[in-house]
Amino acid sequence: MISGDPRVPSSRNSYCPRSDTMDWLQKNLPRMVVAPSFAAILWFVYGFILWTIYVSMTKSKLLPIYKFWGLGQHFRLWRMDRWYVAVENLFIFTVLFLIICIIIGVLLAVLLDQKIRAEGFLRTVYLYPMALSFIVTGTAWKWILNPTLGVQKLVRDWGFTEFTFDWLVSRDMSIYTIVIAGVWQSSGFVMAMFLAGLRSVDDEIIKAAKIDGASLFSTYTTIIIPMLRPVFMSAVVILCHISIKSYDLIVALTAGGPGTSSDMPAVFMTQMAFHRSEIGLASASATIMFITVTAIIIPYLYSELRRDNAR
Amino acid sequence: MFKPFAVSLALIASGGMIASSTWAKEAEVLHWWTSGGEAAALKVLKDDFAKNGGSWTDMPVAGGGGDAAMQTLKARIVAGDPPAAAQIKGPTIQEYDEAGVVEPYHVDEVAGAEGWDNLLSKQVANHMKCDDFTKYCAAPVNIHRIDWIWANKKVLDANGISMPTTWDEFNAAARKLKAAGIIPLAHGSQPWQDATVFEAVVLGVGGNEFYQRAIVDLEMDALNSPTMVKIFDQMRLLQSFTDEGSPGRDWNVATGMVMEGKAAFQIMGDWAKGEFTNAKMKPGVDFYCLPTPSNHGYLYNVDSFIFYSVDDSSKVEGQKLLASLMMGKNFQKVFNLYKGSIPARLDVPMDEFDMCAKGSAADLNYAAMTGGLLPSFAHGMALRLAQKGAIQDVVTEHFNSNMSSQEAARKLAQAVQDTL
Repeated sequence: MISGDPRVPSSRNSYCPRSDTMDWLQKNLPRMVVAPSFAAILWFVYGFILWTIYVSMTKSKLLPIYKFWGLGQHFRLWRMDRWYVAVENLFIFTVLFLIICIIIGVLLAVLLDQKIRAEGFLRTVYLYPMALSFIVTGTAWKWILNPTLGVQKLVRDWGFTEFTFDWLVSRDMSIYTIVIAGVWQSSGFVMAMFLAGLRSVDDEIIKAAKIDGASLFSTYTTIIIPMLRPVFMSAVVILCHISIKSYDLIVALTAGGPGTSSDMPAVFMTQMAFHRSEIGLASASATIMFITVTAIIIPYLYSELRRDNAR
Repeated sequence: MFKPFAVSLALIASGGMIASSTWAKEAEVLHWWTSGGEAAALKVLKDDFAKNGGSWTDMPVAGGGGDAAMQTLKARIVAGDPPAAAQIKGPTIQEYDEAGVVEPYHVDEVAGAEGWDNLLSKQVANHMKCDDFTKYCAAPVNIHRIDWIWANKKVLDANGISMPTTWDEFNAAARKLKAAGIIPLAHGSQPWQDATVFEAVVLGVGGNEFYQRAIVDLEMDALNSPTMVKIFDQMRLLQSFTDEGSPGRDWNVATGMVMEGKAAFQIMGDWAKGEFTNAKMKPGVDFYCLPTPSNHGYLYNVDSFIFYSVDDSSKVEGQKLLASLMMGKNFQKVFNLYKGSIPARLDVPMDEFDMCAKGSAADLNYAAMTGGLLPSFAHGMALRLAQKGAIQDVVTEHFNSNMSSQEAARKLAQAVQDTL
């Protein structure tokens, strides 16, 4: 790169005069390399977002049609009991998933940060679930939580015949089984993020706190964890989008059941688009999901960018 | 920089053209028969096709029931490049026709020449026709019966129970079994399985004519009616005959429970027979296969292939050959021996089939004469997917909650109304 800059004299190049083509290439090559992927993203991501929003305003059933209809599909969507169940479940899942993942993640990170033995091994153990696909997690938990196969049967076989743990097959509790499996999968990842954050905290600060007589507990709660604000923000954004797009975990674990009691918007959307010939309705639900994600991401980006500019 | 790329593209394109002009008949077939007997049966068709000079491009989509297949298929159609044939059944065939991707019905010529109208029962033939039910655009390969009740003979004998012929008898038998510590009804409460049981109950408790009015014609005063309330009452009763592990269980696991004698009955289509026969159990000796109680009703599910609109003449020829072979006596016999169903074509000899299939064929003929031959809604034969899904949602919600029967009937009518 530097040798191409005409202001920098180069002993080797001074012997052979460079052609204009090379100059032009040097200047434009980066743009040319980036352009195709830029165009692809523009079309395949943003183009299709606009396409979906438009299709949500048509009467599309089996295949997309392009005659404008209006907001009819959105009205239909918000009249459906099943959609309300899905939205409510998304809310329950997101809140619990976020809070529990972060609490467990922070706790594990703080404990691992105490310069313990075999830290590398333990870290791997906690991080390992992240390497599994949600389908595997879902199937494994489906067996563990099944009352006739898993935990309930085990405990009953030990002699506690009254023991009941039937969340998986209970309408009111099935959504919480998804929280359990999701937390199991993702809290290790949150731990890794916080551990990295903890390691980046300056040792001098901790030493200073110690000299001032702060206990280990208050050092963490009042000094170190507040310093990890950016890590919290990243964790929230990443976990939020995992929960909004969560699909495979539900399909593998409960398939939306019993009944439709553990339905989620992403499952609803796929069902409508590909099993029900309701492409318009599916697009309407996709649009709502998109708006939800935007509502979370944009304020976050805004606050982050503003802080960067202020610096 | 871009030149070599363009040259290679041109090469690929011309290579493709050479290939397509060498073969006179070609067909790309999208299906989801990828496992065991189904795949073996399909191979018969592939070999036939090759023998007749065709070039078969297989487009198997694994993952039973074709969920993945639908996504692939729709993407191809939207891109304007549909496969020659795809495994599509029921009113979805006409739905695709209305979307304009099936015209101009090349296989109708073959059907006319071979006289399909005389080879198929009228109901089945109508499912295969597009353009206001005038022209053939699809070919049927089998007929599954849905309203079967499977039972473990040993369990019934041990408890002094004979096969029930009315729903009251069934309920009495189930209560007796439950008291004896046996799970009366092996069931997997997945939406489609709930719907499968539901339609058998509608047919039995409501009757043939009621089934037609409520489930096929979607009459509001049948959907929300005292009869429907009675049907949901029976569903609630059936739910009490299942065990607590039932939600989400796969159908073949439920069949396994009947085979082991842990459970007595299962209500499931005739693909369940394969599970019994694979375990070397014999119909009539080790297990019973009888229709669920109804007034000579018969709920059918016909697997078929739709032929999309293609331009290339070699693809058109391929479609015609494929349609002709699918309706061929040999394929219809071999395929259905593997699959547990019965041939869609009426003149295939039934000698090699087992007693369940023979019974099914005899019942089919009787039901066709007396008006009991009705399309299954749970398996996508009676309704378009949107209405089917709406009914299925209500049925599975009712079955898996403590919703009252009155409320279920009201919601049923409401949900259907919303999709119309």
